[in-house]
Amino acid sequence: MSKFSRRDFIKAGAAVSATSFAAGFTPFAIGGSTKKVVVVGGGVGGATAAKYIKMADPSIDVTIIEANKDYYTCFFSNEVLSGVRELDSLHAGYSGLKKRGINMVYGWVDKIDPKKQVVKVKGGKSYKYDRCIVSPGVDFKWDTIDGLDASVAETTTHAWKAGPQTLTLKKQLQSMKKGGTFIIAPPPNPFRCPPGPGERITQMANYFKVHNPTAKIIAFDPKKGFSKKPWFQNAWERFHGFDSKNPTGNGMISYHAKDGVVGFDPSTNTVTTASGNKIKGDVVNIIPAQKAGKVASSSGLTNDKGWCPVDPKTFESTMHSNIHIVGDSSVASPMPKSGYAANSQAKVCALAVVALMNGDKVGHPTYVNTCYSFINEHEAISVAMVYDYKDGKIIKVKGSGGLTPKKVDLKQRAREAEYAHSWWNNIVNDGWG
Amino acid sequence: MKNTRTLGAALLLGSLAFSGTSIAGGASAEALSITCAGCHGYNGASTGPATPSLAGMSAVYIEDSMKAYKEGERNATIMTRIAKGYDDEDFAKMGQFFSSKPMHMAKQSAAGNMKKKGKKIHKKYCGKCHEDNGTSADDDSGQLAGQWAPYLKYSLEDSMSGDRDFGKKMKKKVKKAHKKYGDDMAPALLDFYASQN
Repeated sequence: MSKFSRRDFIKAGAAVSATSFAAGFTPFAIGGSTKKVVVVGGGVGGATAAKYIKMADPSIDVTIIEANKDYYTCFFSNEVLSGVRELDSLHAGYSGLKKRGINMVYGWVDKIDPKKQVVKVKGGKSYKYDRCIVSPGVDFKWDTIDGLDASVAETTTHAWKAGPQTLTLKKQLQSMKKGGTFIIAPPPNPFRCPPGPGERITQMANYFKVHNPTAKIIAFDPKKGFSKKPWFQNAWERFHGFDSKNPTGNGMISYHAKDGVVGFDPSTNTVTTASGNKIKGDVVNIIPAQKAGKVASSSGLTNDKGWCPVDPKTFESTMHSNIHIVGDSSVASPMPKSGYAANSQAKVCALAVVALMNGDKVGHPTYVNTCYSFINEHEAISVAMVYDYKDGKIIKVKGSGGLTPKKVDLKQRAREAEYAHSWWNNIVNDGWG
Repeated sequence: MKNTRTLGAALLLGSLAFSGTSIAGGASAEALSITCAGCHGYNGASTGPATPSLAGMSAVYIEDSMKAYKEGERNATIMTRIAKGYDDEDFAKMGQFFSSKPMHMAKQSAAGNMKKKGKKIHKKYCGKCHEDNGTSADDDSGQLAGQWAPYLKYSLEDSMSGDRDFGKKMKKKVKKAHKKYGDDMAPALLDFYASQN
């Protein structure tokens, strides 16, 4: 009836060496050579893929190469800015993965050589792979904003990766003069965490309301709107005197649609917008346009837009075989560039990699995204979607998903806040635990 | 009714047991169920503080819950939206996956000190259906002991308000218990369940 695969054999817990049942079963090399997976990047996508591969087939040698010994989740880092939580509460370490038998290497990967199937660590060793999984997150298109580059951004931050920049921006906001102006410049599509800019404005308004009530938040957005906009604007109306009919008006929050930041002068802390507005900020937060993480472009994995095209059934690169890309860097539309999407894609990729390495058929993929945003400590809202695979593409399952109801129901939103905390705990434990 | 469904589920389990892929097309039980882990925990063992664990619960219970969410018969924040992405066969596979995992007993402390009273209430009004303090999967009812307390609290609230239809029997029992113990009923039960780990 059903095939007794090598993987199931291992899952059954049998401690039998590969050679003892090799005859007729093993399509892969025997006689000493171990199957090797190298994962570049230990964020949500990389950590989750590594764990699920190791758990599905412990005989595969799995190595994660990651630049930092400590990882801080980008999700919920807007709450660090507003002082609701500390950066340490977003920490995810690698001890759990080590305990599961995954090798950790800390270093920066310059380049992957797809022909030799080797990952080269800067100033260090090279790692040979049978299959490589790349999950490098996003990099920034610095040349899209005059006067801004990576070194300027150390003080005029994006804070779009949780870590030192989050703390820099937090300090700047806390020491901003009374009645000062905070300018935030969201990026054009596509970018990491679509609800992030709206959530950041909401969190900062909450902070200012208590600590600096005459402060102004001015948002210059190149887009006509943003994810969960009516939900966030509803909160601004309820708590911060915002008028969605006059969004650039005189309240604490002034939101300018279709007028993104195109230039920045660090000597005067002044931004120039597409329509020619020149505004001086006391704290400026520019989130530039984005592209796949550096290693993706240096390894020839990106298209002309800077992202990595993949086969969504396996997340294998359509440009180089035996390399898979998951998370923000991959082209996985209509899935958003979110933490949960990366988690879900990593699992599709992990099951496919294990099947491919064992000569099994790759199963039918299925994907989910679930994403929470805090309005304040008592209210959270969510968006969800179930995705299927059809004709080589990821599609939304009709009728599924959507947002928290627009009508405010405080009881339900309080529950969502509790579930949002659970979401963080579980997604982190699922990937790194 | 219940028996036929259990039998159906058992047959499905049998045919899935040694196969990583689906028997009737579509995604496998594993592929479908691991997408839930970001909220419900690795292998359905939730790290809390609120989202319920699914591990070790009855397959029929999980299947029925998903159907109720899909049909909008059960109050939810997000599950009504997610359940609409799947069909009955998917629900059966999810039920099989999670029921095959060991039940997870959440490490939490009781909010109050009414666990003795809670034990008494449970024994008299709840224990007949939720056997072994609500840790038996054989009775096809939800996990109580060791389940995350906020989730149980929401379920009780919804049962009292009518937002979730637990059926006549449970409604009657909750009403009776509430009549006798008043506002102590829910916190006492929650203390009892939270202290079982």
